[in-house]
Amino acid sequence: MIEYRSIGKTFADGTEAVGDFSLVLPSRTTTVFVGSSGCGKTTLLRMVNRMVDPSRGQVLIDDVDIATRNRVELRRSIGYVMQNAGLLPHRKVIDNVATVLRLNGVGKKEARDRSYAVLETVGLDTSLATKYPSQLSGGQQQRVGVARGLVSDPNILLMDEPFGAVDPIVREELQTELLRLQRDLDKTIVFVTHDIDEAFLLGDQVVILKKGGEVAQVGSPADILAAPADDFVRSFVGIDKGSRTLHVEERDGVRVVVDGTGKATGVLESS
Amino acid sequence: MRWFENNTDKVVDLLLSHVWLSVVPIVLGFVIAVPIGWYANRHPRVRGVLLTMAGVLYTVPSLALFLILPSIIGTGFLDPLNVVVALTMYAVAIMARSASDAFGSVSPGVLDAATAAGFAPAGRAFQVELPLAGPVLVAGLRVVAVSTVSLVSVGALTGVNNLGSLFTEGYRTDNDAEILVGVIGIVALALVFDGLIVLAGRLLLPWSRSSRSTTRSPVSPIMSFAQHLRGGRV
Repeated sequence: MIEYRSIGKTFADGTEAVGDFSLVLPSRTTTVFVGSSGCGKTTLLRMVNRMVDPSRGQVLIDDVDIATRNRVELRRSIGYVMQNAGLLPHRKVIDNVATVLRLNGVGKKEARDRSYAVLETVGLDTSLATKYPSQLSGGQQQRVGVARGLVSDPNILLMDEPFGAVDPIVREELQTELLRLQRDLDKTIVFVTHDIDEAFLLGDQVVILKKGGEVAQVGSPADILAAPADDFVRSFVGIDKGSRTLHVEERDGVRVVVDGTGKATGVLESS
Repeated sequence: MRWFENNTDKVVDLLLSHVWLSVVPIVLGFVIAVPIGWYANRHPRVRGVLLTMAGVLYTVPSLALFLILPSIIGTGFLDPLNVVVALTMYAVAIMARSASDAFGSVSPGVLDAATAAGFAPAGRAFQVELPLAGPVLVAGLRVVAVSTVSLVSVGALTGVNNLGSLFTEGYRTDNDAEILVGVIGIVALALVFDGLIVLAGRLLLPWSRSSRSTTRSPVSPIMSFAQHLRGGRV
């Protein structure tokens, strides 16, 4: 369990990234921070592995204030996947994945074996293992990034817009893959995105943020759609644009689902 | 070329001392400049001061430095150490700027990812920053190498024997063949050094060729060498 207690963050130049933020992220679920740029979502994510230290308040992991923990060791115990994968260009794919294990003191041979195994888990052909990151496509690099985040089997996985830089088709593949992985692995995932569709697809708990880390609404995707807290949320999730308000029309005895703009989106099957 | 055949032993001796007088400053200069460049890159304010100092140092004519040094470090006027120390200073002056640029060329995103993965600061510096700065460091080292090889010859004027002695002696005795052997020897030595550094770079940085087709040095070593031959530095 991750808990933010009255967190605030003012950067050295005086900008307030987060005003006053409190939230509990239950274990083995995916929490998605979603909002436009400047809403503090990445800052909040990076507080979990002390890449950013809060100016006020505490972050707790399993009831331990992480300010009391050595930051390097803390980071080694948490998986981190970032936009553009952030792979080390001078190390081969397999060594990029094994790096985290080696930092954790795992022997060379075991690190290699486990890295090969996790490459398969994320759906990468092991023939890519001896290539350098620059020889891979963006989607493949991102899978390596996910493999690196998972290889030490951390309880917590932080994902900072991990699929933001790949094309829509690959993004969809990676999202599906992540859902499958999460079913098997049961990690506590903190995921940051500006894409509300991605947030609703992946999140058990979705946190919609306004400027300065102010929470607009927290809830499951269904809760948020059923009862948007205010106009900001309504507009952010797209209810006012009509793409989320669906109704059923009969066509030749088939019930077709049509959205608010009149576009047919699917067929309703009788259960 | 009869002169060369009759004086092979002498030329080889001078070549060996030229190699020695070049290698030590190149290696020392690199080892000293890399940490300076690393530090300068992390501290923008220090960077300006350090690099300005290095630039000023580099404008001191080498011959003057060879002659001033004995009174500063207490060596004899004919001591080869004067040449080694002076050329190390020049090497540091050139290399510190290259090294600072080299560390500046490393992608901040990669460094951020390395930190997040759990690299401690020292581990990150040696295992991530240093290798990634490699291609630009190599480019800088190539300039230092050819410039040092050519500068060593100026040392001959202060009585420190090396291939440059063939210039002074050949000039004195009006022996064009001797001067020519000196020129060819120095150019060849510079090219060998340059080739060795490029080769070492390819072996040590195999990844850099997969991401960029060529690693080009900011200043062509041959150009800077030509400048020295024209006497720009004497």
